[in-house]
Amino acid sequence: MFRLIALAWRYLWSQPLTAALNLLLLSLGLGAISFVILVSEQVERAVTRDLAGIDLVVGAKGSPMQIMLAGVFHLDVPTGNIPLRTLDLLRKQPLVARAIPLSLGDSLLGYRIVGSTSEYLDLYQARPAAGRAWQAPLEAVLGAEVAQRSGLTVGAKFAGSHGLAGQGDAHDEHRYTVVGVLARSGTVLDRLVLTGLESVWAVHEHGDDHDDAEHEARREITMALVSYRSPLGAAMLPRWVNAQPGLQAAAPALETARLLRMVGAGTEVLRGFGVLLLLAAGLSVFVAMLHAVRERRNDLAMMRMLGAPPARVAGLVAAEALCLSALATVLGLALGHGLTHALGLLLASQHSIVATGAWWSDWEWSVPLLAALLALLSAALPAWAAFRLDVTQLLQTPR
Amino acid sequence: MIELLGLSYHYRDGPDLSFADLSAPAGSTLLVRGASGAGKSTLLALMAGLLTPSAGQVRVGGVDVGALSPRQRDAWRGAHLGFVPQRLHLSAALSVADNLALPYVCAAEPVQPARIAELLERLGLQGLAARRPHQLSVGQAQRVALARAVLRGPSVLLADEPTASLYDEAAGEALQLLTELAALSRATLVLATHDARVAQALPQAQLLQLNKAAVCSA
Repeated sequence: MFRLIALAWRYLWSQPLTAALNLLLLSLGLGAISFVILVSEQVERAVTRDLAGIDLVVGAKGSPMQIMLAGVFHLDVPTGNIPLRTLDLLRKQPLVARAIPLSLGDSLLGYRIVGSTSEYLDLYQARPAAGRAWQAPLEAVLGAEVAQRSGLTVGAKFAGSHGLAGQGDAHDEHRYTVVGVLARSGTVLDRLVLTGLESVWAVHEHGDDHDDAEHEARREITMALVSYRSPLGAAMLPRWVNAQPGLQAAAPALETARLLRMVGAGTEVLRGFGVLLLLAAGLSVFVAMLHAVRERRNDLAMMRMLGAPPARVAGLVAAEALCLSALATVLGLALGHGLTHALGLLLASQHSIVATGAWWSDWEWSVPLLAALLALLSAALPAWAAFRLDVTQLLQTPR
Repeated sequence: MIELLGLSYHYRDGPDLSFADLSAPAGSTLLVRGASGAGKSTLLALMAGLLTPSAGQVRVGGVDVGALSPRQRDAWRGAHLGFVPQRLHLSAALSVADNLALPYVCAAEPVQPARIAELLERLGLQGLAARRPHQLSVGQAQRVALARAVLRGPSVLLADEPTASLYDEAAGEALQLLTELAALSRATLVLATHDARVAQALPQAQLLQLNKAAVCSA
């Protein structure tokens, strides 16, 4: 068997240009499909992880998609602020199990500083890798990626930059102290700097001379993440929120489904392109194998003369196609993972969803299977021609 | 030993070919002569088990080749038959060593590098194992084809027009090598040829003359 495969390998590379072209086509097709599998599955997993029990995001009037992107994934800018008292109103609703406030506005090296309560950590079951959670104003906990990129450790101090892009003025007069670093969770928390709501207020409220009650009444948060107490909440609560002046409800499940549909159109195009490449590769392999069988009919007939049964001769042709598919699988997977890694680097530079080329999907088993199936289908007719070969052609004109 | 007993073959849309009975002892040389279309290739194909006789038998070493199943014939060919085609048919994609490994691969047996090296040396081909057929001279290529045919010690060695398109000297060398290698394996050598030089060079050979009228005489 090994010798037959070695023989098939030598025959394959006896036509190096044809073999290289077929290899290129197959590898590109398999690489595109592998890339689509890796990216779409990682995005879906990341979205599912980040949604972690959030049923509704309540923000200022504006686009629900924008509110969801800003509130859940921290990708877009928020639509504005909402009064702090909205949080109490939401918590008093019988259909609300939990309402977590978020306050945005500043950033560190492009990573968002998010003011919230400890419930936000509980939502993602975050646990510290070092230090502890914040307990006082201007204490901050770093997500794993922020800690890694910034090099900050427990005890370090930093000043946030105004705005979410990391290029605004620094709040030098209000320096945060790092009191903890979260263990990597693969969620959006990895890319956030977390602190208490009071910290955000402390940084942004200047020389306030109002009395405490008025002061409290004017305080704002950016949005609230709501979990329903019962499924009935999905029917009632968004309508109630949207009826309140200045408030907008965004259902993450609906918005992410819409988002994935939009992203899905892109992945479908890429997947279609991959399939098209594979079909072209299959056709090319078929033509090459058929040509090879015709060109090599004397070699194959000689093998029959030397005692090879028809199945072994046909097997040689199939093995040649399988050698090609095996090599294309390796190159295709390497290409898919390489492209995913490159995309991951690009996304990381934009502090976006994490995608890595080092991750393996269970669905990737379909890549070698697809390659083998395509190779066998392409080689089927040439192999049949080899199986049916007339060996007497080796002799002089025996009719 | 090769025996032809009442052997005939009928092509569906062609002539009926009948062959005279004969018996060629093990280690002997049988010369099959005849004009083009007289049935030389058909007889070789029958002896190799590539065609099934319409009537009669081809017995090789006591085995009725035509009675074997297709699978048995393949195995029998691999184990007992050596074949030197007129055009040699060395695989251009493979090195000399790989061409010589083919008989083992085809029979699904482990390759015997020592045996290949021994034959290459005996035939003066040492140092050429890595070469491709197109890098060989005609004489060297013919010796590689001969080595491939006798590698597994066949009991029958079929050679189809082994001297065609060879000059006298080269033809003489080719015949000498064929007879030597056949003798080493104690194989019955069957030479199909219309080359008169072969009969002159091998006066001791048994002659089977085929005529176009398909009436053959031994």
